[in-house]
Amino acid sequence: MPEHDGALAHQFHDYGQQRRAAELAMWVFLVTEFMFFGGLFLAYLVYRYRYPAEFALGSQTMDVVLGTINTLVLLTSSLTMALAVHAATVSNRRMLILLLWGTIFLGTVFLGIKAYEYHHKYVKHHVPFAGQEFHAEPEHRLGLATFYNLYFLMTGVHALHMIIGIGLMLVLVVAAYRGGLTGPRSIVVHNSGLYWHFVDLVWVYLFPFFYLVAARGGGHG
Amino acid sequence: MITSSSPQPRNYLNVAYTVSSWLFTLDHKRIAILYLLGITFMFVIGGLAATFVRLELMTPQGDLLESETYNKLFTIHGIIMVFFFLIPAIPAVLGNFLLPLMLGARDLALPRINLLSWYLFMIGGLFTIWAILAGGVDTGWTFYTPYSSTYSNTYVMATAVGVFVSGFSSILTGLNFIVTTHTMRAPGQTWFRLPLFVWSMYATSLIQILGTPVVAVAILLVGLERLFGIGIFDPSMGGDPLLFQHLFWFYSHPAVYIMVLPAFGVVSELVATFSRRRPFGYAFIGFSSFAIAVLGFLVWGHHMFTSGQSIYAGLIFSMISFLVAIPSAIKVFNWTATLYKASISYDTPMLYALGFIGLFTIGGLTGLFLAAAAVDVHVHDTYFVVAHFHYIMVGGTVMAYLGGIHYWWPKMTGRMYPEGWARFSAILVFVGFNLTFSPQFVLGYLGMPRRYHVYPEEWQVLNVMSSAGASILAVGYFFPLTYLIWSLRYGPKAPDNPFGATGLEWKTPSPPPTYNFDEQPVVEEEVYNFVPEDTERKPREERGEVPHARA
Amino acid sequence: MDKSFRLMPEQASSIAPQIDALYYFLILISTVMSVLIAFLIIYFAIKYRRGSAVDRTQGAHHFYLMEIAWIVGPFVVVMVIFFWSARLYFAQARAPAGAMEINCVAKQWMWKFQHPQGNTEINDLHVPLGQPVKIRMISEDVIHSLYIPAFRVKQDVLPGRYTTIWFEATKVGQYHLFCAEYCGAKHSEMRGRVIVLEPSQYEAWLAGREVAQPPEVAGRRLFDQLRCNSCHVGSGMAGRCPPLDNLYGSTVRLQNGQTVLADETYIRESILRPTAKVVAGFQPLMPSYEGQISEEGILQLIAEIKSMSPRASESGADEVKAKEGQP
Repeated sequence: MPEHDGALAHQFHDYGQQRRAAELAMWVFLVTEFMFFGGLFLAYLVYRYRYPAEFALGSQTMDVVLGTINTLVLLTSSLTMALAVHAATVSNRRMLILLLWGTIFLGTVFLGIKAYEYHHKYVKHHVPFAGQEFHAEPEHRLGLATFYNLYFLMTGVHALHMIIGIGLMLVLVVAAYRGGLTGPRSIVVHNSGLYWHFVDLVWVYLFPFFYLVAARGGGHG
Repeated sequence: MITSSSPQPRNYLNVAYTVSSWLFTLDHKRIAILYLLGITFMFVIGGLAATFVRLELMTPQGDLLESETYNKLFTIHGIIMVFFFLIPAIPAVLGNFLLPLMLGARDLALPRINLLSWYLFMIGGLFTIWAILAGGVDTGWTFYTPYSSTYSNTYVMATAVGVFVSGFSSILTGLNFIVTTHTMRAPGQTWFRLPLFVWSMYATSLIQILGTPVVAVAILLVGLERLFGIGIFDPSMGGDPLLFQHLFWFYSHPAVYIMVLPAFGVVSELVATFSRRRPFGYAFIGFSSFAIAVLGFLVWGHHMFTSGQSIYAGLIFSMISFLVAIPSAIKVFNWTATLYKASISYDTPMLYALGFIGLFTIGGLTGLFLAAAAVDVHVHDTYFVVAHFHYIMVGGTVMAYLGGIHYWWPKMTGRMYPEGWARFSAILVFVGFNLTFSPQFVLGYLGMPRRYHVYPEEWQVLNVMSSAGASILAVGYFFPLTYLIWSLRYGPKAPDNPFGATGLEWKTPSPPPTYNFDEQPVVEEEVYNFVPEDTERKPREERGEVPHARA
Repeated sequence: MDKSFRLMPEQASSIAPQIDALYYFLILISTVMSVLIAFLIIYFAIKYRRGSAVDRTQGAHHFYLMEIAWIVGPFVVVMVIFFWSARLYFAQARAPAGAMEINCVAKQWMWKFQHPQGNTEINDLHVPLGQPVKIRMISEDVIHSLYIPAFRVKQDVLPGRYTTIWFEATKVGQYHLFCAEYCGAKHSEMRGRVIVLEPSQYEAWLAGREVAQPPEVAGRRLFDQLRCNSCHVGSGMAGRCPPLDNLYGSTVRLQNGQTVLADETYIRESILRPTAKVVAGFQPLMPSYEGQISEEGILQLIAEIKSMSPRASESGADEVKAKEGQP
């Protein structure tokens, strides 16, 4: 039996096995996340096919500028995350902490902009649920309500994942200050990075699905 | 190696006795025992609900229960049995206990996740129990919208939360098993040296991780629609109720295979051990599990032949459903062929396994009736469907589960079960089961819809037959519950390998030590490598291998 | 209603014997297979029990050959069943031309039927013998399912969307009519009778009821009440709204370049959500009537619009659709 120090869990023989298990677990977890969002994307496709005109109308009320900025912010955060993973691998603790803070900052900016957009929708009475007053032309009412329902639902679930991601980053920062993320434990940073990139990837689909439907191509599709 | 004959050997059970040593354990074997307690409790609750349902159906009038109460009872029966018994039963109890042992590993790859998944299971279960106590839920286990999202006035939310949370338990178990099978195998244990139980666990885990998130999303959407009016399924809010059915069955049809694939694995082990033969067509049995897992994701629409989906879609779903029959047939034929030129003994687990093959054959063949869209239009949502899935779920999964529990009971507890009582109750279960569910095929083709509280009087005879069978079945289930508990104290001490089986789990003491093996096992032989002279040996009783194990 | 003990339901429709024939075939296959498996298990179990003195030497059996045999064998059998069933499934789904049309609105927990002559009934359904009957159904609340076991037919009834079911009764008598999709507290009491009458008796039954308005007459009154003809008639605001004459059963070209078959579903959608499918060359001027007309009213309006297309309404739009191969 191998020596089990603090970093090697009792069930493993060596660090290689532990690292393989941890990384595979993360990928399998991301597969489940993929299927989870898959259900929502299916709902989106069904209703976009049913209400093409309303999805175009709804999309016109989205702030494309803010959406684009948010996309850039999030993609940049993926870059800082990727660099953080590298820093952890080469055991550069100072750099790691800096990059993690950067990622947290960009993630928070994204959520701030998102919150501003939600607030804007609330002020303009574009919230069709929770007993809110919902403003829409009667003939587009059902389709638009469905568009906004899906918008809040999908971006909301995405934002929830962002919040979890930022929480994860804060834990990593604390661990990094304590010097516990180097060597074999860098797998934790690696896995958190996978999660962060996945959440970014979801946004890359959400952005065109909600912001870029109208005024491009078929219009009333 | 320590043998069980030495006094007070250290094992996973006697290593500590405190409550916290159980509640915070990371040992997969202890977590398996925790699951065993949890799902047994759930099985009793689900069984009680079924008892009331069968009692009510003794008469065609609704004289025992109010219709609202009846609806809640069959809903409880369905939800508890599907989500809190059948889905976790074999993977979470036997899989948890055996997977690391069969792989020659010290534990699952992710012990903390394993414990977390037990807590999630319990939290989900308690939410559901709370919903039942608070007033119940009446949507049926299928939660069809818009009834569940808009019209039902019962505790749909609490139940949905319960099912949602327990879904994560299922996902995490599947994830853990996949990672473990990939990374924790003993040196020399190639994929084709894995016991078939591991193959079936792996295929099950694939379905768990791919399907469960989708039903999670469907249930989340029902909850949000109910709570906040986020209209996704209600047509009056612009939604489509059929979308729910698609999302629900995309999971819930494969979920049937989550429930039955592990049973295939158990039966493969039992048939091999008690025949003293490597299963005929080992690789075919293994790969047919994957074929079922893959095809299982492509047939959900056969639950919707009368739902209003396109008839062309129905046609495709019908054809793929027929294809599922082929890997299922492969298994049955291979198990049967394994018995040829075998050396068969009739210990209780084998009785369950043979019963399983028979009942699963009938369950599978009646599946052809339902895959045939034209016949399904007539029998959909009738007792024919009820009978069919009980033949698979109870005749299949529960039989295999009981067989597996008996087979590995010596390994789990270090005690033998009383063979005489066990054989008697195995036969009782088989007879009671057939008497309960075979009349329901007839009722279904006659046209009795499921979930009916009152029914036309001409169907009383068949319903009384079914209820009578259920009472025998209940007695059959009561016996193991009693004598297994009895055996913990009074059962004869079990040797390391009481059944002369192969497999790494039998090469360690009963019960195993905390880290399973005192030395890292190395696999140097093929799987199911029964020694030829072993097959010619006399029955175990005459060999005296099992000291006074008979009751 | 026949209340004797039986193992098979009555055969009272043209499709029932065909479904039963397939059912018997399936029973035959299942019995052969189960008996075969049971026989082999019992035979092996006895012959090769532990301790029995038999030859257990494993010969060079044709391992792969056997595996292939029991893959190909079941495949052939199930494909035979599939094609047999598929043919029947289409027959069940498509009503023959000229079927008599009955409207049905389901709600918790009753069935409301309206005959072409305007007679309405609740939970009972009178139909003539030997005449194909097609029921157009919609639900006011949750999903229901119309099920007549003696006819071997079943179809879910959805809120917000039409579904149809058809049958041709072949035996005079009374039969069960059930709701087969769980719909709440009184699900099992949402049932009634189908009463099959000789055509002459059916006529007499229709005449014996208090005089009712045929759906298209009631529909015409609604049409006037809602002032549909202020736009939708050739004169008046001519040219601003698409004409309704000969609309039913025709193929409509839409603004976005797609085409759609003008069937009941299309007309219903155009009344409730006029902007969903705007006809090419017209502006989306029509207001929505969502929530203003009952389901019965919409069915009557559709009957009225269908009566403006005498040719197509005889054969029904569905048949046109079926020929064009659209689901």
